Amino acid sequence: MNTNQAYKAMLLLVLSVSLTAVAADSAVTDSDRIEQYREMISDGNPAEFDEMRGEELWKKSTGPKQASLEQCDLGKGAGVVKGAYAELPKYFKDTDRVQDLESRLLTCMTTLQGLTEDEVAAKPFATEKKPSDISSLTTYVVGQSKGIKMAVSTKHPKVKESYEIGKRIFNYRAGPYDFACSTCHATSGVRIRMQDLPNLSHNKKDAQSAYTTWPAYRVSQGLTRSFQWRLNDCFRQQRFPEPKFASEATVALTTFLAVSANGAEFAGPGLKR
Amino acid sequence: MNAKLMMSITVSAAFTFVMAPVQAGNLDAKTAEIVKRDFRDKGIAKATRVNQDELQAACSKYVDKLPKKLKAKLEAKETEAIKWPADGKFMGDWKAGEKLAQSGKGMTWSDKAEDPAGGNCYNCHQLSSKEIAYGTIGPSLLNFGKTRGNGEDIQRYAYARIYNAKASNACANMPRFGHMGILSEAQMKDLVALLLDPESPVNK
Repeated sequence: MNTNQAYKAMLLLVLSVSLTAVAADSAVTDSDRIEQYREMISDGNPAEFDEMRGEELWKKSTGPKQASLEQCDLGKGAGVVKGAYAELPKYFKDTDRVQDLESRLLTCMTTLQGLTEDEVAAKPFATEKKPSDISSLTTYVVGQSKGIKMAVSTKHPKVKESYEIGKRIFNYRAGPYDFACSTCHATSGVRIRMQDLPNLSHNKKDAQSAYTTWPAYRVSQGLTRSFQWRLNDCFRQQRFPEPKFASEATVALTTFLAVSANGAEFAGPGLKR
Repeated sequence: MNAKLMMSITVSAAFTFVMAPVQAGNLDAKTAEIVKRDFRDKGIAKATRVNQDELQAACSKYVDKLPKKLKAKLEAKETEAIKWPADGKFMGDWKAGEKLAQSGKGMTWSDKAEDPAGGNCYNCHQLSSKEIAYGTIGPSLLNFGKTRGNGEDIQRYAYARIYNAKASNACANMPRFGHMGILSEAQMKDLVALLLDPESPVNK
């Protein structure tokens, strides 16, 4: 058993004890329980292992060009990681696109390291069997914005447009169930089964606390999940087809959600159910 | 105020008035274009699912707040399309209905084509007093039959609401279980029974 596994086992033990302890009280919601175990393990989050993995990958020379990502420009200049996530998505001149963290990493991995987009996007998310490089890199980069206020600028017309398109995707109803993001996330104080749902379009506080706690370590899955994964799994539950990884649609939606979180301190990687 | 200034104010006011809706229309079109390009088949969830029908497009455009006339028109269209049970009966088996209400499965890309879809009812509604893990997106349906009786009118009403909730509220959150082929006629009857049968835990 390596350190990561030992940590997971310990966490699950703490979790199951805390769940048993509160199971008797039927009025306790999942959020209350999560709050309880957040406190219990407040001195550490298993996501830190993924951050460490990401940092190693950032510094490691790899790909056909045998280069690291240390010259990657995440929007604050080549190699600046600190505070970069709190300003993303952003317009990038070299690609003439608005990019979120994942799509920007994809750019750096192709231009600096010589990997192909398909190679990187083939493993966008971690699974129980295999970690994902781009997902770990994401965890590392977001960790370097912890405690920094979200400040995504919409001054650039392309970012403004991305925000407007993201808002429309948020309200885009389709599929066999007629669901949009807004079906579950545009009303305050509601839940699905026992899971509280943040109101992402009409409640600043909800929008801020949701966005600033992703990426997150998901206790139920034993994995650190990226923001692209969060969107992907929402669309799955919406009964939509799959959004392409780091596509313009996902970036636009991220712009809408990130701008809605402006002003709040970034607190990720977080810890979730 | 000189004439030139007046003129420029009038012109810019006219522009603002005209430009805003035009730009919104362009953004709607651009959004649709991006969505159609950026989603792909996965499992049973085919890319064509992002193509909206008239109702989905209208509710998206107006963010669920339709102009009155359009709302009435769409509701009439949805009502007309309701297929009523051929045998004229609406009540099935509440026990099967409860099982169905509990299941949140179906139609995601991780489900298989042969996996039957659940009713997803408890995701959003309180139903049986025994089930405490219920969602609150929809209204509580506890004692639905107890307070309304179970005559034919209310049976018909409940069946219609399950078959197509949009027939009475065009931009309702609830899926159109019959209209979209999510549940079978027999399954929808089981759900009607769950709501209305005096023996159902909803009414106990």
